[in-house]
Amino acid sequence: MTSLTINGKAVELEVDPRTTLLDALREHLKLTGSKKGCDHGQCGACTVLLDGERVNSCLVLFAGCDGQDVTTIEGLKDGDELGAMQRAFVSHDAFQCGYCTPGQICSAVATLKEVERGDASAVTADDGDIHLTRLEVQERMSGNICRCGAYNNIVDAVMETGGAALQTEAAE
Amino acid sequence: MKPIEYIRPDSADAALDAIRAENAKFIGGGTNLLDLMKLEVETPDALVDVHRLDMGGFSDTDGNGLRIGAEVTNTTLANNSRVRKDYRVLSEALLSGATVQLRNRATTGGNFLQRTRCYYFMDTTRPCNKREPGSGCAALNGPSRIHAILGTSAHCIATHPSDMAVAMAALDAKIHTRKADGASRTVAATELHRLPGDTPQIDTVLEDGELIEAVTLPAPLGGTHLYRKVRDRSSYAFALVSAAIVLRIADGKIETTRLALGGVAHKPWRAEKAEARLAGQAPTEENFQAAAEAELADARAEGSHAFKIELAKRTIVAALREAADRENAA
Ligand SMILES: Cc1cc2nc3c(=O)[nH]c(=O)nc-3n(C[C@H](O)[C@H](O)[C@H](O)COP(=O)(O)OP(=O)(O)OC[C@H]3O[C@@H](n4cnc5c(N)ncnc54)[C@H](O)[C@@H]3O)c2cc1C
Ligand code: SF4
Ligand code: FES
Ligand code: FES
Repeated sequence: MTSLTINGKAVELEVDPRTTLLDALREHLKLTGSKKGCDHGQCGACTVLLDGERVNSCLVLFAGCDGQDVTTIEGLKDGDELGAMQRAFVSHDAFQCGYCTPGQICSAVATLKEVERGDASAVTADDGDIHLTRLEVQERMSGNICRCGAYNNIVDAVMETGGAALQTEAAE
Repeated sequence: MKPIEYIRPDSADAALDAIRAENAKFIGGGTNLLDLMKLEVETPDALVDVHRLDMGGFSDTDGNGLRIGAEVTNTTLANNSRVRKDYRVLSEALLSGATVQLRNRATTGGNFLQRTRCYYFMDTTRPCNKREPGSGCAALNGPSRIHAILGTSAHCIATHPSDMAVAMAALDAKIHTRKADGASRTVAATELHRLPGDTPQIDTVLEDGELIEAVTLPAPLGGTHLYRKVRDRSSYAFALVSAAIVLRIADGKIETTRLALGGVAHKPWRAEKAEARLAGQAPTEENFQAAAEAELADARAEGSHAFKIELAKRTIVAALREAADRENAA
């Protein structure tokens, strides 16, 4: 039996030990927001937050998540409304078919948190200061492939949400 | 589908006990093992999860080195303040690899032991001496690109895909293990992986069921650190060729060079010939070129990956030039 929290709710489920977190979410728990693109860590469509950090749920064993906390796209809404990143994706037209979008949004939310925490990326300059430039967003979001090629609008949505969050903080 | 057991021990002793079961494998982040299990390239009967073993995280060693527990994730390792400051080439190598999602899961031990990305190895319908000894090597007759140019054999031309391990080889890291019978030993990062020879099915010198517990880095070398990775797209791709460099120049002469190459061999390739050629020399284009030629003198490639011989030389020269420029500016 695996006990964990998913989108704030306690869940207990027994599955075959080979079951991935992605399959448990989609097939057993009917949380079909997370998508299966490649099932091999190559596309990012299955991205969810595990204890707050983004992972490819297709390469995580569900049984290994015992005691952990999972957030999927279904858990990113703001009460009954869309969350800030979700709204930005809508207003920037940051998708076409929408298949990659749940993974993109989970990844984007994590990206802003990682930047705020000061995590480095391959394009972070030597001085250690991290700025939410297009280059930084592109590099940090490279684990999410969009076959429709909505990349420019995705970067816009992430940057706007990042900027807005920073302004709110400065105002406080 | 055959049944499988999933075991989550909470001590190294319990893990070594569990791994003695028939056909059991350790699982770290699972980003390589689960991938290969889905392809039926790996078919373990039991998985022994290493996440709850207390392998110690980070600590400073006597002599100002750094100890890294095998369970530390690639993200945590890349962002560790001592790694950013004292072992920068390791941080850069890690950040050049995979994606944040994968690095958040990938562990230090698992990264070392990830298997080749040779497409024929990953396709059970093709002959592959590494997957099925004696079946042949599809890469010798089919398209090759990510394949090896140094230390190859007539039986296998696979490369080891890790970026992290290349930086570890340049830094002379040491790997601390426990064998299934409990005995401890230490293996140099440069000696962990082996050349394929006529037993390409054996990737490393580790025994079955040997647990990587920690990695230690010796005292910092100073100098300029740089990881240069050449690949088919600028992010989220394995290296065609990569170079990990630590360079120190004093009074116009090269005092220290550490150079290791990725993407060129069955193991992270410590470029000892190039290092020897550069020792005490002036950091000139001519010397960089001579060092690259010396290192690649024995390179061989029959297939469509032959371009990598020239690419490796150019990568070495460009990386040395950039490191020297930065070192001179410092
Ligand atoms: C799409 C994709 C792109 C990638 N791109 C890159 C890249 O550009 N550069 C790069 O370097 N890597 C890349 N990777 C590979 C990634 O870095 C590895 O999959 C990862 O480092 C493996 O670590 P893990 O902890 O997930 O290993 P696992 O999958 O858990 O295990 C790998 C192997 O190590 C063994 N093992 C694990 N831990 C231990 C231990 N403590 N002791 C003994 N044995 C152990 C397992 O039994 C298994 O055989 C990529 C992977 C994917 C899927
Ligand atoms: S190069 Fe090695 S891994 Fe690839 S097909 Fe040949 S034997 Fe297998
Ligand atoms: S479905 Fe998980 S990365 Fe593609
Ligand atoms: S919107 Fe179609 S794949 Fe991204």
